[in-house]
Formats: sequence, structure tokens, C-alpha cells
Amino acid sequence: MSEVREVIIVGSGPAGWTAAVYAARANLTPLVIEGEIEGGGALMNTTEVENFPGFPEGIMGPDLMANMRQQAERFGAEILTEDATELELTGEIKTVKVGDAEYRSKTVILATGSGYRRLGLPDEDRLSGRGVSWCATCDGFFFRDKPIAVVGGGDSAIEEATFLSRFGESVTVIHRRDELRASAIMAERAKNDPKIDFAWNSQVVAINGEQQVESVTLEDTVTGERRDLPVNGLFIAIGHDPRSELVKGQVDLDDEGYVLVEGRSTRTNLPGVFACGDLVDHTYRQAITAAGTGCQAALDAEKYLMRLAD
Amino acid sequence: MTVLDVTDATFADEVLKSDIPVLVDYWADWCAPCRQIAPIIDELARTYEGRVKFVKVDTNANPVTPADQLVRGLPTLQLFVNGEVVESLQGAKPKTVIVKALQEHI
Repeated sequence: MSEVREVIIVGSGPAGWTAAVYAARANLTPLVIEGEIEGGGALMNTTEVENFPGFPEGIMGPDLMANMRQQAERFGAEILTEDATELELTGEIKTVKVGDAEYRSKTVILATGSGYRRLGLPDEDRLSGRGVSWCATCDGFFFRDKPIAVVGGGDSAIEEATFLSRFGESVTVIHRRDELRASAIMAERAKNDPKIDFAWNSQVVAINGEQQVESVTLEDTVTGERRDLPVNGLFIAIGHDPRSELVKGQVDLDDEGYVLVEGRSTRTNLPGVFACGDLVDHTYRQAITAAGTGCQAALDAEKYLMRLAD
Repeated sequence: MTVLDVTDATFADEVLKSDIPVLVDYWADWCAPCRQIAPIIDELARTYEGRVKFVKVDTNANPVTPADQLVRGLPTLQLFVNGEVVESLQGAKPKTVIVKALQEHI
């Protein structure tokens, strides 16, 4: 049997690393399961972060995460670059499985963040990497002088559309309402871009193409009328879903899959299990708010451990 | 063995005409998930040395090969056996998934 640790942190975005910094400085020697390829979380796929306080010139997302990781390590956090595969959280001693290995701990901090939301269409997976993409900065240049569509109406959709208009012959923003949710300044920029068109009140009901995306079928959300829009690139930016599959059935979740916490704390329904970051946050979902709740989780865990010792 | 850089000019010789299976890693320097899987590819290149050849294609400098191979997203991994694509993995995949794809063809 492996030793029983004080704290295991699952996830490594701003929430996970901040929890690790605080827990490490409290001499709890946290083990961070940072994830094999998702380590660093959503910020790893961003470029410049301009709104994280303390960096007047901005900082690259991946650099910010590397700094946080280093800070946690400096105070004695142990890091495992693998994915947690199974969690057993109900007992007093919790178990975290990582492949064949098993780690035991008195507390677990959940910080697994969120993942890209999918359209949920049958051909989405088949044509992923064949025209369907979730990363404009990665894949935009494959669609030079080709027709492109972006699905979504929020800031990230409009940011992608503006970015993609550099490459594409045209960019159509497909949005199921008749106005954008994006901030005014970004919406204005997109509306003034001669390469960007809007398909209002429209949703994608099919993605078509044998070897690669050739077109999408749109349905008018008001009239129900259908039409085909020829595109080679389809970028999906319709938001995120919390990554709570690992804890489903043990930890209480709300209807949308976010982990429920008690009041302003990070306590879940299970004693010794705490949750923070995008995994619990419907509303703000910022690097700085995630970091803030990561700090709370570490303090909540510390307090719980002190009570256990009494 | 390190991961060999392959270009549009050398792709046919190094990949299509290879005697052993070849894993091709398509990447670009602005692709963050490509950087996340790079260390996994380096590690597997050492593990499978002599059995599988590991190469990478900088898709920014070499546009012809990704177009020919219908690559439209990064990162993409393709496994070639006797000049044919037998496995294609799209997006950053964990090591276990890549290993499983390799094991089925060696």
C-alpha cells in the first residue's frame, strides 16, 4: 500500500497551480497530477494574456503557466505528468488512480477545468482534422483563399473570425440568435471587416464531405428552412463544458455538469474533497478568478486537515 | 535516435519508400498542442528505435505534403506502412493512444 498523502491536486491550470503553491508553502507536499498533454490547461492554447494583474506588458499564456508550475515546484510540490484515470473519493482516505499506479490521500482538490464544447453532430469526429477545428491559430493557414465558417457568437468566436479573415477567401459567422454576445468593441470590428459575413438565426445541422469538409447544412432557427453553405474550414467556438466525467456519481454536480460547492467555499458534498477553477465556475471563467479559487481550495483543505489532526 | 525533419522534397524517399513503418508528426511553430505532444514523440522514437521510423513535417515550410495527405488540422500523426496511411490521429493524443496505434502495425 502506498503512503497516505495530505493533498492530491488533479489538474494544472491557474486553479491547480495556485492550490499547489499554497499547499506546498503550508508544508503539505501536494502531489499534482498535471495531465499528460493537457497540462497547463486552457491558457496553453492562448497567445498573449493582457488581463492577468502583475504583467503590465502582458504575458504569453504558456509562459504564465510555466511560471506558476515553477513556483509550485520551488516550494516542494511533486508533479506527475500523467492523466488521472479513476478517483475514489467517498471514504476518509481517497484514492487516485493513474493508469496502474494508485495514490492515496486525505484530501483531493479537483481542478480539471473545462473542455471545448462540441456540436454533437455525427460527422463532427470523422471530419475533425479534415476541416473541422477548435483551434483557429493552429489550423487557420490550411484554409488560405478558401471559404471558412465560424460557429458561435461570443468573444472567442468573433476573435477567431477576425483572425481567420487574414487567411480565408470569406468568413461566415454562424450564430443561432440575431445578435452577438461578444463585447461591443469586438463585434464592431467584425461587422466592419469586409471579409466577414453573418448567418443569423442559424444552426449547423450537418457537416458534409467525404475526405474533407465541403459544406455545412444550416437550419434557420425561426423558419426551419434549410440551406447548404459551401465551406472548407469549420471552426467551432460555442463555449466550454466542465470536465467532471471523472467525478460524476460521487461528487454532486449541477444540471450542466459543474461541481457544486458549499456557499463561497470550495467544499464539495464529500468531506475532504474540494473543487476550484472552471470546473465550478459558470460565470467568470478567468485565469485570475480560477487562481483565486485555487488559493481558497488549498486553504480549505489545510483547515480540514487541521481538524482531522485534532 | 532523434526525430528526422522531412520536407516536401524528401517525403517520398523517407516516408513512402521506407522499409519499416513511419510515424509522421505534422506540426507548426504556432501550434501549442503540437509542442505538448513533442516530448511524447521524442520518447517513443527512442522506445521504437529500429522498428518504427519517426519523422516530422513543418507544415508552414512544407505546404505540399500536408495538402497531398489531406492534413487540415494540427497536430496530426499519420502512420505509414508500405507507403500507405494505416492510422491517422488528429489532435493531441495521450501516449497510450499513440502506442496502441503503433502496436497494431508492428
